Amino acid sequence: MPWTRKHLITLEELSLAEIDQIHATAVAFKRTLSRSVKKVPALRGKTIVNLFLEPSTRTRMAFDMAAKRLSADVISLDGSSSSTTKGETLRDTAENIQALQADMIVIRHAAAGSPLYLSRILDIPVINAGDGAHEHPTQGLLDTFTMKEHLGSLRGRKVVILGDILFSRVARSNIHALVKMGAAVTLVGPSTLVPHWFTDLGVSVSHDLRSALADAEVVMLLRIQHERQSSGHFPSLGEYTGMFGLNKTRASWLNPKAIIMHPGPINRGVEIDSDLADGARSVILEQVTNGIAVRMAVLYLCAGGQPELVMPTD
Amino acid sequence: MPSLWIQNARVIDPAAKRDARGDLFVVDGKLVPSLSAAAKKRAKKIDAAGLVACPGLVDIHVHFREPGQTHKETIGTGSRAAAAGGFTTVVCMPNTSPVADNAGTIQFIKDAVRRDAVIKVLPTGCITVGMKGQTLAPIGSLQRMGVVAITDDGECVQSNELMRRACEYAKMFDLPIMDHCQDASLTQGAVMNEGKMSTRLGLRGWPHTAEDIIVARNVILSEYTGAHIHLQHISSRYSVGIIRRAKERGVKVSAEATPHHIALTDESLASYDTNFKMNPPLRTEEDRRELIAGLRDGTLDCLSTDHAPHTDYEKDKEFDYAPNGILGMETSLPVSLEILVRQNKFKLPFVIDLMTRRPANLMRLPAGTLAEGAAADLCLFSEHEQWLYDAKTGFSKSSNSPWSGQTLTGRVKTTIVDGRIVYDGRKIL
Repeated sequence: MPWTRKHLITLEELSLAEIDQIHATAVAFKRTLSRSVKKVPALRGKTIVNLFLEPSTRTRMAFDMAAKRLSADVISLDGSSSSTTKGETLRDTAENIQALQADMIVIRHAAAGSPLYLSRILDIPVINAGDGAHEHPTQGLLDTFTMKEHLGSLRGRKVVILGDILFSRVARSNIHALVKMGAAVTLVGPSTLVPHWFTDLGVSVSHDLRSALADAEVVMLLRIQHERQSSGHFPSLGEYTGMFGLNKTRASWLNPKAIIMHPGPINRGVEIDSDLADGARSVILEQVTNGIAVRMAVLYLCAGGQPELVMPTD
Repeated sequence: MPSLWIQNARVIDPAAKRDARGDLFVVDGKLVPSLSAAAKKRAKKIDAAGLVACPGLVDIHVHFREPGQTHKETIGTGSRAAAAGGFTTVVCMPNTSPVADNAGTIQFIKDAVRRDAVIKVLPTGCITVGMKGQTLAPIGSLQRMGVVAITDDGECVQSNELMRRACEYAKMFDLPIMDHCQDASLTQGAVMNEGKMSTRLGLRGWPHTAEDIIVARNVILSEYTGAHIHLQHISSRYSVGIIRRAKERGVKVSAEATPHHIALTDESLASYDTNFKMNPPLRTEEDRRELIAGLRDGTLDCLSTDHAPHTDYEKDKEFDYAPNGILGMETSLPVSLEILVRQNKFKLPFVIDLMTRRPANLMRLPAGTLAEGAAADLCLFSEHEQWLYDAKTGFSKSSNSPWSGQTLTGRVKTTIVDGRIVYDGRKIL
């Protein structure tokens, strides 16, 4: 099946086959990461603009790295250095980037829906690197890629996403991918941060950590955003850790082979014990590395590449 | 001014329970029962065969943006859009720049109306100084200047104490209070209805409870003080229930619904189209159905558009950053006919009533009637004519309508104000 999408805006709109295609392409690119010469010429001569209008460390560096590994030229703009601080509209900023002959734009924006908006304005591919509390599709892709590496097929696998779900784009993208891949997803956290409406997306919602973690094969922790505390979503970080923090005792409720994931940045001692974050079951840094391969796959495919050209032939 | 003889219309006058084929006669801007044979010869004849003739439509909730935001709309352009939509009387909200919290601004508005308006445009004044919700505006002076109601529309008075004093004070002048019901503490940063759709789209939710709480507060304050509180653009099914029970007890509240809240739901936001962004937000199918039920049983008294023009460049933004509001004047009648008459089997005279006599009576306006001697403010429309609505070529200065580009059924053919034809189905005269 050929790849037909120009933009990557959400995982909600992707089919399972498309997710599999990206993952298969990422497998091929991941191999190149361990070579001594890591560059492949797939996007030589193309220019990719990373427009990051909201702070980011991991995602931005991974997109940078992925583009460079593909031999593309990369220009990165952040919120403080772009003209948006002078009152330029997003449309004007984006149309200027296109007029400067960029071949692709990767956007991170605090406002949900902005990448979709840009994809309707621009002729060049738009890749969503996180839009508000909506989606973070490449994170969802790299997370499920990492899960597949450890568990094989995710069909019927018990996955727990724990933490601030309400405001999490990572959670939403993972939910859409995991549900399509057949995983049994349970969202856990304080009731103020895990509203019941999420069940409409095909997942379970629980506020009982013990029953949710029992025999889970994946637990994905989400960062507790400190500012939520002052807005009254939960009483204190201490109470959160007491009720929902992942510690050794609670980790023992998991399936013995379970992996522990976190999209970063981690608040050590808040949502996760420091020891667990560094422990044998933690795949947190693998996620980061896989983020390069998955983003190489996404950039390559959306730029017009076809999966079979990089598929392993051996 | 020539006399008018409107011939062979389906004349609908809800006030007189009239719905029959017939003629209407106008002399010196007033409706008269008949003309002499000689006068008939001289009269300008309007063939209204196949058309409905009814009182000019009345909208008690519009934003014409003057003074201060004339890049969006002016009293002139707003009144033209109104005329093209069949409206002959509208009531303007005071959230202009500066806000209408003083006699001088009201005078400015009245001067602009006299100079530029093609229909009757009436002002409201603010409840509080600067619409800041802190101290009462000079309500007595505003009333002397001719405001028909007071409201802090868009900036719901949060202090219950201040609202209580506003009720007591306004009651002294028999002046209605209009309230946009929104508890601000529940809607910080909110841009759409809170629920399944906001969860999916990752947008901040505006729970209907924020409306319900203020509706309940207003019911309590109206009952306690005896003041008439008019509840603007009700969007929540729970609010409809609160109002229904209040009315059963005889509380002096009234309420309106908008065409967009009875026609659309938050499902429309799937593509983050800012022409579906307004406040209060579109809600769910259950809410939409209950609003229609509320109109049917009289819990909701009338239809109002909340006509809220914004320029293309203001609306063409990230969803979070775009302003709230959509146009309403030119689409109100066809949308209401579609939703209420065709889809929900309301009787046509009842829908006309919701758009004429009832809103006029709520604000005690001399409009919404075809009685002998009344001002000849008339709307002639085809119930079934289909037409393509293009907001860009419409009469408003702005084009922020969710219905732009759609074929609508029901079209205004002639609008008459004080016996003068101001809109002939194509252009403003």
